[in-house]
Amino acid sequence: MNRLAVLEILKRHITNEIVVGTYSSGFDWASISERPLDYYAVGAMGLGSSHGLGLALARPERKIVVLDGDGGLLMNLGTLVTIGKVAPKNLLHFVFQNNVYEANGGHPIPNREVDFPAIARGANIRNVARVSDIADFEKNIASWMTIDGPTFVCLDVEQGPPGRKDWTDMYKPARRAALREALASGA
Amino acid sequence: MDDTTAKTAAAPPKLHGAKVMQAIRDSRIDYVLSVPDLHTAQGLLTPIAADPNLKLIRVCKEDETLGIAAGLQYGNKRALILIQYTGFLYAMNAIRAVAVEHKQPMVLMIGLLGKEPGVAPQQARRFGIRIVEPILDVMGIKRILIESDDDVHLIQPAIDEAYATSRPVAILIGGKPA
Repeated sequence: MNRLAVLEILKRHITNEIVVGTYSSGFDWASISERPLDYYAVGAMGLGSSHGLGLALARPERKIVVLDGDGGLLMNLGTLVTIGKVAPKNLLHFVFQNNVYEANGGHPIPNREVDFPAIARGANIRNVARVSDIADFEKNIASWMTIDGPTFVCLDVEQGPPGRKDWTDMYKPARRAALREALASGA
Repeated sequence: MDDTTAKTAAAPPKLHGAKVMQAIRDSRIDYVLSVPDLHTAQGLLTPIAADPNLKLIRVCKEDETLGIAAGLQYGNKRALILIQYTGFLYAMNAIRAVAVEHKQPMVLMIGLLGKEPGVAPQQARRFGIRIVEPILDVMGIKRILIESDDDVHLIQPAIDEAYATSRPVAILIGGKPA
């Protein structure tokens, strides 16, 4: 699957959810979405799902959609154990698996055979899926957006093409301020 | 030292976990995010786990706490990160990015396991303890040291200031909470 094509489908299902983007998937998301409820977990790779967990606990009335990468998840595998225990119903955790550190030069992850869904199941995540076909993604996305979570979906994607990387834009304080204001106003 | 001297030597000042707990409650903390620390395990983490008004999330590694706390504060939930100094050192990049560069109100309560009672952290025997305060200073993170019950009154103002100014604060637990 192409990551951007997957995100284009996801975008059609997004209304008032908070989307937590990280690195390559975050840059792709930023290329097609500009909304106060888009939150970028950058600066400390691997913490996207942890940011998502905090948001899920703080705002249980909203769905939190995390766009994680395989390299990022490998830097914080314990997050699955924590999420499996805390079990927020409103957390949807996507992991784009292309088996490379795309944001860091395209080198391979340490073990391309890693089975993230198996790890998620072992961590007692409520719903776990793996999708390799974009038609399957399109068929299931509405369900994942509505069922009680936590839900973990590993998406097999091809490498690149890398989207435009504007780190300054992703880091800018205005993004975080906009999220804070949007949540305060009930947007 | 003769027997008389031994009997009259001053005991180290006490730090009672119950007083620290009250300061945490008074600071309107909603969540405690923690990896167990032998220094605070019995005196703080055990009563926190039993307190129905505090939600405890046990995490696998200390840097997780920075992400979770960041997400919580967007929903106006206050978090206290309870870790050992070794975990603080481990989580340095997350603290740098999420707490300092993103200017988030993060409350780091850091147990100084093995620090000698009454000895200043920078004079401690353990290298890892000696470097904690200088690291905090160079990162621009305000710090307070809680050595005994006499210092506990510093906790709530420090936490309130962190949230009022959206900046991290480090609460160093020097004495071992009893």
